[in-house]
Amino acid sequence: MSWEVVIGLEVHVQMNTATKAFCGCSTEFGAEPNTQTCPVCLGMPGQLPILNIEAVQKAVLTGLAIHATINLESKFDRKNYFYPDLPKGYQITQLPVPIVEHGYLDIPSGDGEKRLGITRIHMEDDAGKSMHEGLDGISHIDLNRAGVPLMEIVSEPDMRSADEAIAYLKQLHQLVLFLDVSDANMEKGQFRCDANVSVHHPGTPFGTRAELKNMNSFRFIKQAIDYEVGRQIELIEDGGKVALESRLFDSAKGETRSMRSKEEANDYRYFPEPDLPPLRISQEEVNAIKAGMPELPGQLRKRFETEYGLSVYDADVLTQTRELAAWYESLAAAHPADPKRCANWLANELLGRLNEADCGITDSPVSPESLASLLDRIADNTISGKIAKDVLDTMLETGHDTDTVIEEKGLKQVSDTGVIDAMIQQVLEANPDQLAAFRGGKDKLFGFFVGQVMKVSRGKANPGLVNQRLKVLLKS
Amino acid sequence: MPFSTLSDMKSRLDTGEISAREITQNVLERIDTHNGTLNAFVHIDPAQVLAQADASDAFRTKHDARPLEGLPIAVKDIFCTQDGPTTCCSNILKGFHAPYDAHVITQLKKAGAVLLGKTNMDEFAMGSSTETSAYGPCRNPWNTDCIPGGSSGGSASAVAAGLVPAALGTDTGGSIRQPAAVCGITGLKPTYGRVSRRGIIAFASSLDQAGPMTRTVRDTAMITAVISGHDSGDATSVADAPVVDWLGACNPADMKGMKIGKPREYFVDGMDADVREAVETALKQCENMGAEIVDISLPHTEYAVATYYVIAPSEASANLARYDGVRFGHRCKNPEDLLDMYTRSRDEGFGAEVKRRILTGAFALSSGYYDAYYKKAQQVRTLIRQDFLDAFKQVDVIATPTSPVPAFRIGEKTDDPLTMYLSDIFTIALNLAGLPGLSQPCGFAGGLPVGLQWIAPAWREDILLSAASAYEAATDWHARTPADFDGQGDAA
Amino acid sequence: MDIDVQKVAMLARIRLTDAEANELGPQLSNILGYVDQLQEVDTEGVVETAHPHDAAMPLRADVVTNTNRREALQKPAPKIESGLYVVPKVIE
Repeated sequence: MSWEVVIGLEVHVQMNTATKAFCGCSTEFGAEPNTQTCPVCLGMPGQLPILNIEAVQKAVLTGLAIHATINLESKFDRKNYFYPDLPKGYQITQLPVPIVEHGYLDIPSGDGEKRLGITRIHMEDDAGKSMHEGLDGISHIDLNRAGVPLMEIVSEPDMRSADEAIAYLKQLHQLVLFLDVSDANMEKGQFRCDANVSVHHPGTPFGTRAELKNMNSFRFIKQAIDYEVGRQIELIEDGGKVALESRLFDSAKGETRSMRSKEEANDYRYFPEPDLPPLRISQEEVNAIKAGMPELPGQLRKRFETEYGLSVYDADVLTQTRELAAWYESLAAAHPADPKRCANWLANELLGRLNEADCGITDSPVSPESLASLLDRIADNTISGKIAKDVLDTMLETGHDTDTVIEEKGLKQVSDTGVIDAMIQQVLEANPDQLAAFRGGKDKLFGFFVGQVMKVSRGKANPGLVNQRLKVLLKS
Repeated sequence: MPFSTLSDMKSRLDTGEISAREITQNVLERIDTHNGTLNAFVHIDPAQVLAQADASDAFRTKHDARPLEGLPIAVKDIFCTQDGPTTCCSNILKGFHAPYDAHVITQLKKAGAVLLGKTNMDEFAMGSSTETSAYGPCRNPWNTDCIPGGSSGGSASAVAAGLVPAALGTDTGGSIRQPAAVCGITGLKPTYGRVSRRGIIAFASSLDQAGPMTRTVRDTAMITAVISGHDSGDATSVADAPVVDWLGACNPADMKGMKIGKPREYFVDGMDADVREAVETALKQCENMGAEIVDISLPHTEYAVATYYVIAPSEASANLARYDGVRFGHRCKNPEDLLDMYTRSRDEGFGAEVKRRILTGAFALSSGYYDAYYKKAQQVRTLIRQDFLDAFKQVDVIATPTSPVPAFRIGEKTDDPLTMYLSDIFTIALNLAGLPGLSQPCGFAGGLPVGLQWIAPAWREDILLSAASAYEAATDWHARTPADFDGQGDAA
Repeated sequence: MDIDVQKVAMLARIRLTDAEANELGPQLSNILGYVDQLQEVDTEGVVETAHPHDAAMPLRADVVTNTNRREALQKPAPKIESGLYVVPKVIE
C-alpha cells in the first residue's frame, strides 16, 4: 500500500518594527546583551504591556496578502510556562480569537497551481536567548529579543511532500519580504519554522503527527521532513506507533530526535490576558492598509513580462526580491531604450558579479543610474559590449561612474575613419603574405585582419567600422 | 494634631500656621512611638521623608501650593517607589528596589505630597487580615489583639491610630474597604480603570484598583482627584472616563430624592447582629434625611466569593510567575539545576497563603478543568455584573454592610482559609463588576468599628461621595478615635 | 475532589515537602469544593466577562522611547556576568 505524507507548517515571523510588541525598546539586531530592555520586557513587578500599532498593521497587511479574514475584534491570551528567557513567566499570544483567519497561498504545482490553506495568523511576543556554549554548568540570558513582535502563521495540513512544504515556505518568505513586514533572515531567527509531519494510507484518517523543531534553513527543513517521513513509515511498517511529540532536528546528524518528555508535560494554562482589553480595528483602517499594499511578486512578474517585454525567466529572476525589482525598475527608467538589455545586464552581469563578491543588490557600489549610463555608452557606440564588461568590473572596484572609467582608461571606442584606416594600413603592411593569400581568394582570412586591427586598437576600434573599412581597403 | 484630617492640615499649611517639616516631624514621632505596637509601617526612611518636607516648604515659598502640598501620605508596600524598598511584604521581594515609581506615586509627588513610607499588608495583597505579611501581623488600634483587616491593613491601622492623615491602599476583593471598615475610617475603591495600575504590583489584574484611605470623605476625594485619570501606560486605564468634580461632590447636602437600594442578600442570617443593627440604623438615618430606601435583590451575590476564588487566583498564578529568581527577587542558595532554582526559590520566597492561591489558580486553569472553573466563573461574573446593572435601573446607589463581622482576633482564622475568604463576602461582587465602592464608619460592635458600604454605577463616584458626605455630616462616627492611641474612645 | 497537589505544584514551579502537600491537598479540595457551587448556576449562552468594562485596547506608536538602562535594571538581579543574567544550565 502506498503512503501519503501530510505536512502542516507553523512559521514564526519576527516583524520588523522599530520597537518591541509591548514596550518602546529598540528591536535592532546585534546590540550588546540586555541593553535593549526595560522594566516592561524584563517582566518587572507592576509593569504593563501596551501594544505597538505597527505590529497590528503588519499582521493585517499579511492577512490581506493571503486573502484572509481580518477579525475586527481579536483577543490576547497568556500562555504560561517557565523558562529563563521568558521574563513574565507567560507569553502574550492569541488563542481563540486571532487577528487573521482563513487565508491561503497558491504554489506552483505541475502545470498549474495548488492552493494551500492558512488557518490563522496570530500576534505574540518573542522570548529572549539562552546561551550555553563554553559555559560550565550555567547559561547566560540575553533579553534583547524578549518582546519583539512575532506573527505565527499556521497552515492547514495541506502539503503532501517536503517539496511542497519548501515551495510554500519560499513563497511565504518572499511574501513577507515584499510586504516589508519582516526582514525574514533565517540565520538571525527572523523566519522560523516548525513542521507537523504525519504519514497515512490515502483514504484513511491522518496519522499521529510529530512536531519538528529547530530547522533554520530551507535545506534543513527538507532534510528533516524527509528523514521524519522515512522514520515514521519504517516505524509503522515494523509494527510500531508514531508518538505525538516534539522532535528536534539535529543538522549535524541529519536526524530528528525526541525532545525530553518533561517538555511534553507542559500544560500552558491559556487564559484571557487581563492587562489587554480586546483589540478592535475598524473596516476603514483595514481598507487603508489594503490601499497601501505593495505589488506582490506574482503581480510584479506579470507586469514585467507585459510592460517590459521580459521573458518569463527574466521576470522571475528580477522579482525575487522587492529590492531587486525596484532596482530593475530604476534601471529601466534610466535606460528606457532597451528594457531587455537592462534585464540582461542586471540579471547576468551585475548580479553575477555581486554574488561572487557576496554583496546584496542594495549594497551594490554601482547604482541603477550608473549602470544605465554604461548601457547608454554601448547604445551610442562609445564602447563595445565587451569593453563594457571590463568597465563594469572597474566601476564595481572603484565606485567611479561610467564616463570617468572610460575616460581614465582611454577606452573610448575609435570611430574615426581616418584613424581606423591608418591602423588597417599598418596591419596590411605588417602581414604581406596574408594579404597576398587573401587577394588570391582565401576569403577566410578576413577574420584574421579584423582581429589584428582590433588588437592594434587594443580593442577600442568600433568593430562595425573596422569591418566596413577592411572590406574597402582589402580590395583596393 | 494626631487625628487631624488632611483638609485641616492643608488649611494650617496654607495659612502658614505650620510647615510641612513640622507636620512631618510630628508624624514621624507618632510613628516612632506607636509602630512597635501596631506594625503598620514596614519601611520608613525619616531623613528622606524630611527632605521631601523641606523641598515642599521651599516650593511653597516660590510657587502656588500644589493640591497636596506638604501633606503626609503613607502608601501600601504594593506601590513601586524608586526611593526605598518595595516588597509587597513578601520574602521573595525582600530588598527589592524598583527602578521606577508607580504612576500614582508620580501623581502624588507632582501634587506635592510627602510620601511617608510603606505600610504593612498581606503578602501580595492575598488576605483579609494582614496576617500573611512577611513582616508579621499588623494590629488594629481599636483592639491590638485584633486584625486591622486586609490586605491594606497597615494603611488602615496607620490612619485609624492617627499616625498619618491618609494612606493609599489597593482593593482586589475588598482590600481597601474591609480594613477601612474594621478600623473605623473611610476608604474608596474607584471604578476599575479610573486609577492607573502601572507600577502597582499585580495580584489579579482584572480586579485590582488603588484608592485612598482617610479620616473623612472629603479627604478621600482630595486624593482621588490627584491619583485618578487616564494613563497611556495602562491599557485598562480608561481614556474617556466621565470626569467627576471630586471636591464638589463632597459638599454635604441632604438626601432628598436619593433612592438607596438595600439588597436583601447583604442582610442575612449569620452576620454579626451588632453589625447588622448599625447598618440598619444608618439606613434609617438616611431615610430621615430624605432618602428613599428600596428593597432590591442582587440574586447572584451568593456566588461572588466562589467566582472570585477562581478568577483572582488564576490571574495571580500567572502574575506571580515572574518571581523566578532570574532577574530580580529571591534566589535560593546553591541551586542544583534550573528546576531546583525555580522550585526552591519560589518555595522559600512565597508564604503559605500565596502558595495556596497560586496552586488554586494553576489548577483552575489546567488542562481539563478550564471550562468547569475559569470559563464558568467568567460567565457567572457576567451575571453578577448584570445584577448590578439591573439594580441601578431602580436605585441611585446601593448601601450594605462592608464586612459581615467586625475585626476578629489575630490567629482566629488562619487555620481555615475558606472562612477567611468568606469575610470578603460583601465587598467582592463589585470588584467583579468593576464598580466603585466606599466604606465609611457607621457605628461600633463590641467596641470595634463597623463600616457602611456604598456602591454606585461605574464612573459615578460622585454619587458615593455625596451620599457618604451627607451621612458623615449627620453623624460623628468618623470622628471617634481609639483611646489607646491618645484618642477619645468609641463613645460620643 | 482529589487533587494531585505535587503535579500542580510542578506546573507552578513551587517545591512542596510531603508535609506541605498533605496539608495543602485537603485545603485546596475544600476551596474547590466550595467553588463547585458555581455548577448550580445556569450559564447557558452567557458570555464570559474577562474585562469589567467594554473598552477597546489603546495602541502605541512604533517609536523607540527607551534608552539603555542596563546597569540600573540589573541592580536587583541575583547573578550577572558581563551584562548577561546567569542561571543554572538550561538543558535543551
